[in-house]
Amino acid sequence: MDYAATSPVRSEVVKAMLPYFSQEFGNASSLHSYGQAASAALRQSREVIAKVVNADSNEIIFTSGGTESDNLAIKGAAYANREKGNHLITSSIEHPAVLNTMKQLEKEGFKVTYLPVDRFGSVNPKDVEKAITSKTILISIMHANNEIGTIQPIKEIGEIAKKHGILFHVDAVQTFGKLSIDVKTMNIDLLSASSHKICGPKGIGMLFVKKGVQIKPLFDGGAQEFHKRPGTENVSSIVGFAKAAELAHKEMKKESARLTRLRDKLIKSVLSSVKGSRLNGHPVNRLPNNINFGFVGVEGEALLLVLDSMGIAVSTGSACSSHDLTPSHVLLAINPDPVKAHGSLRVTLGHEIKESDIAYVAKAIPKAVEQIRKMTPRIEGVTTIDE
Amino acid sequence: MAKEKKSGSKKPEVKQSVTNSGIYTDEVMDHFMHPHNLGEIKDADAVGEAGNPVCGDIVYLYLKVKDNKIKDIKFKTLGCAAAIATSSMVTDIAKGKTIEEALKITNNEVAEELGGLPSIKMHCSVLAQQALKNAIEDYYKKHLK
Ligand SMILES: Cc1ncc(COP(=O)(O)O)c(C=O)c1O
Ligand code: FES
Repeated sequence: MDYAATSPVRSEVVKAMLPYFSQEFGNASSLHSYGQAASAALRQSREVIAKVVNADSNEIIFTSGGTESDNLAIKGAAYANREKGNHLITSSIEHPAVLNTMKQLEKEGFKVTYLPVDRFGSVNPKDVEKAITSKTILISIMHANNEIGTIQPIKEIGEIAKKHGILFHVDAVQTFGKLSIDVKTMNIDLLSASSHKICGPKGIGMLFVKKGVQIKPLFDGGAQEFHKRPGTENVSSIVGFAKAAELAHKEMKKESARLTRLRDKLIKSVLSSVKGSRLNGHPVNRLPNNINFGFVGVEGEALLLVLDSMGIAVSTGSACSSHDLTPSHVLLAINPDPVKAHGSLRVTLGHEIKESDIAYVAKAIPKAVEQIRKMTPRIEGVTTIDE
Repeated sequence: MAKEKKSGSKKPEVKQSVTNSGIYTDEVMDHFMHPHNLGEIKDADAVGEAGNPVCGDIVYLYLKVKDNKIKDIKFKTLGCAAAIATSSMVTDIAKGKTIEEALKITNNEVAEELGGLPSIKMHCSVLAQQALKNAIEDYYKKHLK
């Protein structure tokens, strides 16, 4: 139950990709018929992906994934607008692909404002507006957080960006194909998405770049991807990404209702059966597939390993930080107590999760918590539970 | 994703998802899942505590001493698997030793007995050894001179 980290490739996706390894292996830039078949596949894939976010197909740039899209959007916009200003605005709970890109830009002389979030992990649009200066060139806010699932008020922030004539980038890696996105009504200029979060292949993603928005490419090379991302296109992966997006888009309404119901069932069950448990993130404005629990007197990694021994794969914080000892920057932003931040458990649901899995996990979590708490020393105010 | 697994002490197979499983030796997992000398000693002769400021984890060690030997030792730990397994192992090693011998136990020795720890987890093994040292100091303070 770690679908936010990655997801298994769906069989329909594999089937769609297969011909592009051996039969339709052409280079989309070649003029012969093999090349033209690849080029047609690219065109169609671009159209499918564009439709998911209500964009035009020539506004979609294929990249190697969410990380590259975030880098291309932020560095690309910053370098292209250097003469206009040097200030960027983001939130303190972004994915490292955004945060570390911002840190790099700071080293290069840009100024970055990292907005705080409230205890549910929400960015206040008023804070965004207050942070704007005459030097601001980009606002970058994630659509939904990968650890705690909180959905940000993207439409409101988009309006503010538009009003002030500032570019707006949205990291939609966790929401693309899961929540409805309309780049036009949300006033989005740049939007990152990744294939492997929606049961597509890994190492492929896209950046939506609104018509007329200038970004400086990260690589120098050929003319592919409208001169914004050179390199021979990864046609098989692009076809797989498009298939996954098409399926996710078609099933979005039904699947999100199904996951929301399963999510709330598990949340309710665990919060009522485990004393000293809490839900991290927003109770309502959250991803249909994300749950993040905190348990008093329980360390996250220990809980993860006990659940793993029961056949349940979950994560503490985000997968990227599981080799890191410091508490997650997201949990610290919503709760400055590191002991509490350390004891978190992220459960993320997906396509293959069924009702019976939820019932199994709902029983396993209290047992695992109890097993760990037997080892926990009693420390007043730290591991004690207020009744 | 809820599938039963046969044996608890076997290393979990590599899964698609990225979890911490597989980073620990079987010995670590065994001590973590079935810790030795877990609990408190109500009438302990000495208690030692050690905390890790980075992660907020904490170990408590309780000692019962007779004729200068560690007769009984128990622990309670709020921490990761490495912290729990090293707590369990340190109690095994210290039990029956004289307090002078117990003072000489190093965290490297504890980690070695467990078949090694991942390098980023070595500092977790300091907790248990430090708690033992603090317990012995507590014993000296309370019972000598
Ligand atoms: C919010 C967010 N942004 C960016 C990324 C990076 O995407 P990718 O793994 O495709 O590089 C991820 C996932 O790892 C994510 O959750
Ligand atoms: S991470 Fe805290 S003791 Fe290991």
